Amino acid sequence: MTNRLADIQQQLMGTFIEEAVEALTQIESGLLALEKCQDDPGRIHELVNDVFRAAHSIKGGAATFGLTQVAEVAHHAETLLDRLRSGSMKPNAQITSLLLTSVDALRALVQWSNAGDGSDAPSTGELCKDLDAAAQQLGGSSEREAAAATKPASEAKKTHYRIKFVPKPDMLTTGNDAVRLLRELTLLGDTKVSVDSARLPELRELELTKCYLGWTIELEGTVTRAQIDEVFSWVDDDAEINIEELVATLTPSMPALPKVERAHDPVARGPEHGADRDGGGSIRVGVGKLDMLMNMVGELVITQSILGEIEGDGPIEAKRLASLRDGLALLARNTRALQESVMSLRSMPIGTVLSRFPRLVHDLSRQLGKQVELKLSGQTTEVDKTVLEKLGDPLTHLVRNSLDHGIEKPEVRRARGKPETGTLSIRAFHRGGDIVVELEDDGGGLDLVKILSRAKERGLVGQEDVLSDDQIRELIFAPGFSTAEVVSDVSGRGVGMDVVRRNIKAIGGHIQMSSVLGQGTRTTLRLPLTLAIIDGQLVGVGSYTYVVPLLSILESVEINRSRVSQFEGKLPLYRLREDLVPIVSLGGVLGVTSGRISLDSGLLVVVETDGERLGLLVDELQAQQQVVVKSLETNYEHVEGLAGATILGDGSIALILDVQGIARLARSARNASVGRAA
Amino acid sequence: MANVLTVDDSVSLRKLVANTLASAGHQVAEASNGAEALDVIKTRTFNLIISDINMPVMDGLTFIKHVRVLAAYKFTPILVLTTEMDPAKKKVAKESGATGWLVKPFDPEQLLNTIRKVLG
Repeated sequence: MTNRLADIQQQLMGTFIEEAVEALTQIESGLLALEKCQDDPGRIHELVNDVFRAAHSIKGGAATFGLTQVAEVAHHAETLLDRLRSGSMKPNAQITSLLLTSVDALRALVQWSNAGDGSDAPSTGELCKDLDAAAQQLGGSSEREAAAATKPASEAKKTHYRIKFVPKPDMLTTGNDAVRLLRELTLLGDTKVSVDSARLPELRELELTKCYLGWTIELEGTVTRAQIDEVFSWVDDDAEINIEELVATLTPSMPALPKVERAHDPVARGPEHGADRDGGGSIRVGVGKLDMLMNMVGELVITQSILGEIEGDGPIEAKRLASLRDGLALLARNTRALQESVMSLRSMPIGTVLSRFPRLVHDLSRQLGKQVELKLSGQTTEVDKTVLEKLGDPLTHLVRNSLDHGIEKPEVRRARGKPETGTLSIRAFHRGGDIVVELEDDGGGLDLVKILSRAKERGLVGQEDVLSDDQIRELIFAPGFSTAEVVSDVSGRGVGMDVVRRNIKAIGGHIQMSSVLGQGTRTTLRLPLTLAIIDGQLVGVGSYTYVVPLLSILESVEINRSRVSQFEGKLPLYRLREDLVPIVSLGGVLGVTSGRISLDSGLLVVVETDGERLGLLVDELQAQQQVVVKSLETNYEHVEGLAGATILGDGSIALILDVQGIARLARSARNASVGRAA
Repeated sequence: MANVLTVDDSVSLRKLVANTLASAGHQVAEASNGAEALDVIKTRTFNLIISDINMPVMDGLTFIKHVRVLAAYKFTPILVLTTEMDPAKKKVAKESGATGWLVKPFDPEQLLNTIRKVLG
């Protein structure tokens, strides 16, 4: 029984951790809002209350789940917040920063408990002292601590009590049943109970909701006064209770009552905290979404029965054909709706990622001596959970970049005739089938001249090269590029925009920057709604059909022989307007011999990968459609150049190309042929 | 076995109460704040209500005041879950109509012991 109960607690640890992390985010944003809010007492009160409540629930939960240290820090922070609350005070900058430090410490502690890797707990002693000192400054005594003091353990001895218990008439209406209390006493030892019915009125005056009886109980056994007090603790204001100790004989050899001690020791409960909670395998889903899903399934069942009606032998006459068509149309609509609702199950609001930025901007702008206002919008925009998890780091990098390199210091801004406070807006919204996240600042913008000279310095482009503005902007994404004049603590840590772009690409997204010198920069991220379904272009190579992810296709052109130039040991090049694009014969790379090898005719699908363009030579372009990605790794094994497989409408299987992999394959094939030629 | 309603905005604590009681064979319903709980208690009769105090939308004490005036819940045991219990808090809780309290931290076993007291 006890084990099963411990399991219940253990299973919910992950839920508590999740909640604690959420509550900490809430506290953090509350504190930041407090800092910004004008002296509006109502608003301040409301915010302090919210923050207090969040801290309070962390404390209660942490204590219950055995995270003593978390509970302790939360308790000290709560005491300080309580002072603020009772005084309806707005915390000064010092207190806010102390509370923010506490949030960090709590977060670290929660993560530490979650990891359960046996490492030492982060130390929080100093922090608690600081919190107490701050609370003391705000006045008031520490009566909260006094209330939390534990009762001393009592010795076991043979005792005899006489207890007089006369409930007030209204005791029953607090849900306390006198009989229950008497039964409790009988569990403690041997009892003799006598009832006093003197107060009992005449039957017709008797009110059913009132209690008229009183009792005298003689209780004998190894009972402590505390145990009796405990029985009456809920009703000591609702009844007259008189406890008298009659005989007290010391029996030192008496074994102590088996007392259930709570394990308050974090070490005793520590290590197993890690179990079942890693991996982020679970997701919280609103009931509304599940209802919608259920609804959709219901619709499908109806559609199925409509189609079932049509079943039967014999030719399909016009009437049945019409209802078959209707049924199929319904099926198509329901399938689409079902697909959408299932996708929305995996979605989470992007706000869960954006919520970290107010704090980041607050801290960073202080550190950099800049004034920045962060504007967030579209936090409720839903994004696939997998996409969302991988979005955090690139976005953080972009925000850091914008504050570090984009928005100028107040004096510079003043000199440029701009308001001293810069603005960074982050907007998230749906456009077409994509999620768009836009970061826009009103800072200095990209200085193309500086970028070009830096790139030349770094040898990324030749000294005499002439580049278009777009090409210069593109240089930011080159590995090893950094424009900060001084490599700063904030961004230039060697992780550049190339990594950001790679991360965004890894989740099937696309990043683009536009900028006006002196006016600001806008970075646009386009992200897919989901990774499980992609928009694909079907292409024919020989007798096979392949899927090229639409996102990587720039354009498709019919090949013109006169624009092809071939060099020994190199990929043939195609002159596409100003540029030369290497041609890769898809059939050649994939070993489809029936595929087109000759460059006299056919189609070039121009794709972009890692900033490089490739022309994939195919026989024909077929339909564009959404395809469900099935993993090759789980069903077969990883194959270079392929991202997965899908099943087409006619039931045949088409392989999905990994454009990056194709580029690698083509390059290694070329190198091999160069090796042979040499 | 009893019909129990547990009210808490914290999912982990609410589930801890609910799962513990369910493991002891009780029928448990859940609500995440006082306002929600007021709706739930109208759907069926509960033999016991366990409510957190600090909750958004409607706090536990306000909820209990609303419950106590309903004829069906005049004598129903209502326990509050609280982090500390000093005389002042106790007075407020009792005046709101609470039967008793369960002080956090508690573990499932303590919870069941307390419940046994109330339900017999």
